[in-house]
Amino acid sequence: MTPTSEREHQPLDFPSAALPLLHDAQMRGNVRHATGVIQGKRFRVVGEMPDWQLLREAGRQIRAHSLDYLDFYLEQFEQRCTAAGGHVHWARDAAEANRIVLQLAQNPTGRVIKIKSMTTEETGLNHALEAAGIQPIETDLAELIVQLGHDKPSHIVVPALHKNRHQVRELFVRAMNLPHLGDRPEDLAEAARVYLRQQFLSTPVAISGANFLIAETGGVCIVESEGNGRMCLTLPRKLISVAGIDKIIPRFRDLEVMLQLLPRSATGERMNPYNSVWTGVHPGDGPQEFHVVLLDNRRTEVLRDPEARETLHCIRCGACQNACPVYRQTGGHAYGSVYAGPIGAILTPQLALMKRGQSLPYASTLCGACYEVCPVKINIPEVLIHLRGRVVTGRPRSLRALHPEAIIMRSMQWMFLSETRFRLAQQFGRIAQRPWIRRSGWIERLPSILGGWTRTRDLRPLPPQSFREWFQARPRSAIESASKSPPQVSPESSEVPHG
Amino acid sequence: MRIALFVTCYNDTLFPEVGIAVVRVLERLGHTIDFPYAQTCCGQMHYNTGYLPEALPLVRRFVDIFRDSEVVCVPSSSCVGMMREHYEKIALASGDKTLQSDVSALLPRVYEFTELLVHRLGIEDVGAVYPHRVTYHASCHSLRNLHLGDVPIRLLRNVRDLELIPMEATDLCCGFGGTFSIKNADVSGAMLEEKLQYVQKTQAEVCTACDNSCLMHIGGALHRQRAKMRTEHIATILGSDSISPATRKDAY
Ligand code: SF4
Repeated sequence: MTPTSEREHQPLDFPSAALPLLHDAQMRGNVRHATGVIQGKRFRVVGEMPDWQLLREAGRQIRAHSLDYLDFYLEQFEQRCTAAGGHVHWARDAAEANRIVLQLAQNPTGRVIKIKSMTTEETGLNHALEAAGIQPIETDLAELIVQLGHDKPSHIVVPALHKNRHQVRELFVRAMNLPHLGDRPEDLAEAARVYLRQQFLSTPVAISGANFLIAETGGVCIVESEGNGRMCLTLPRKLISVAGIDKIIPRFRDLEVMLQLLPRSATGERMNPYNSVWTGVHPGDGPQEFHVVLLDNRRTEVLRDPEARETLHCIRCGACQNACPVYRQTGGHAYGSVYAGPIGAILTPQLALMKRGQSLPYASTLCGACYEVCPVKINIPEVLIHLRGRVVTGRPRSLRALHPEAIIMRSMQWMFLSETRFRLAQQFGRIAQRPWIRRSGWIERLPSILGGWTRTRDLRPLPPQSFREWFQARPRSAIESASKSPPQVSPESSEVPHG
Repeated sequence: MRIALFVTCYNDTLFPEVGIAVVRVLERLGHTIDFPYAQTCCGQMHYNTGYLPEALPLVRRFVDIFRDSEVVCVPSSSCVGMMREHYEKIALASGDKTLQSDVSALLPRVYEFTELLVHRLGIEDVGAVYPHRVTYHASCHSLRNLHLGDVPIRLLRNVRDLELIPMEATDLCCGFGGTFSIKNADVSGAMLEEKLQYVQKTQAEVCTACDNSCLMHIGGALHRQRAKMRTEHIATILGSDSISPATRKDAY
């Protein structure tokens, strides 16, 4: 199979990728601060919507329906977009998408401007462009910061979330040669504006992502905060939009639901400052050549698994990332993919056919915070557990039974399936733990895999008597008298039906 | 009422005082407690780690044991969460029609301990006395799976001499997450560190919750740091009265 992107070959193990990041106090502080601010804003604007839960349900249904009839809507999109003067290309994987874009992007300036595209991060398009001698210029402020810093995005909505404004200033001072630049947000925005304006006016080709593809009209929709997207979508002569096939929605009016859910969840805004929808080509107005590259890159494989396909309902709002207590500790880079946080933990391994990123479904406490905020109600914890199951069954057959974890699970199960064995295990535990109990009366260090526990925590040892032993040993009379003695709360109040 | 107690495998083994306190509270209220000795584990660890087929016999075992119980009381929201969120799905995957109908019939009769008191028995004051400063950690499962809301808080407010100190970010995950705490020990430790800041800021003597799994994690770190605060499951607080504060010693 064709490699989907160069990242594919990087090994990825979440716990070891997270370790150095946990020591980066500056980055962790930035992430905690930024996610906290966005979450606070989201909480306020969601709270003012009395029908938020209904909207979420509507969003979920629209997305589920779109994917159930994906083949139909994709063809409809192709047909309507083409009729409006656009060109639709189908890309099976990242390499094919990049090839198509490379051909289309050739122009005498040797540059392209780019906006709002995590999908081209997924395909590694920038590297492909650079290798072909075309310089991609990111125009979304956050993506520009990432690009100038030779960094990687750490968040799907705010790719430079791990940087604070002082760090951004440093970066701009060096990259744009502006020694006297201030570090107020307006200073930084102004510097970026001056830098980018040049590019907007002189670059004939733009590459964009898409928030939604509208099957009914063949239109493409992008929402953003800065207006740089609007520049890219209107000024160049040629526009190439790269979008995953999952971005489809059936009708124009479905935007009514989506454009309420997305901005409130993503940035805590009631509405995005810039909402662009464009359909094909209009003489004398905007780009005169318009291409859409529809990327599969194993999304159809995700679709094949009925228990996990809701992963594709995602509208990339990033709310689950901001809410995730794991993401908030590690930032996005630990996930080894442009898709970080809870959505990355379920999407990345699936896009890699579970051959990579097997540690990601385990990078969660299953706390449910992601599910609670997801605007299209993706039950991420449920999908995580399902994917854990696929990791287990996906182990090579010969090793599956011998995997240490599998052995532990099987022996625990064997123990739990018999009361006698369970009692014996409790008794055995009390003896086995003896050498490990310290003077404090607690266990402070444990061997092998259990050592993970005692790295930061002590463990209270097993008490001399289990509950079942206590229950069994207690005098029968105690039971009788307990149930006969007058209760402290009047019995009348004790049977109020649950209402 | 006859109430069957599913004490859970880890309370049984590690925290017998929780079961003892549950028995004490419910008997004090005039109920009779059954403890089916065949009970062991609900299967949560297996299921959550990706071992669905291995969890199935444990699910079946639980259902067989409690099938005829009028009400099942479980002093652990994560175990009740496991049952409510996943048992039907596991039963469905097994293709066993009897198991499916048994699960659907049993689930509405399974209650987390505080939920049983407030929602089923209609009691918010269990007559407990607990002269300590207490703060409450709202565990993820109690909050997002069981939607317990302020149920535990209402019970704690009615405990005599108990001073309830609100915790900032009470709903922040403590970082336990079952096998997560071992597979991702470092991240789990970092999450715990953040949680502890909020826990310790309360300057309470006792941190309580509806889940001993979180408390084992929080309490383990408090002990490591030789902090003054300790952890106590909500049942042991509600089981304390002026004559005999419910403690671990009861089990000895
Ligand atoms: S999974 Fe849900 S919350 Fe997370 S980015 Fe996608 S739509 Fe947003």
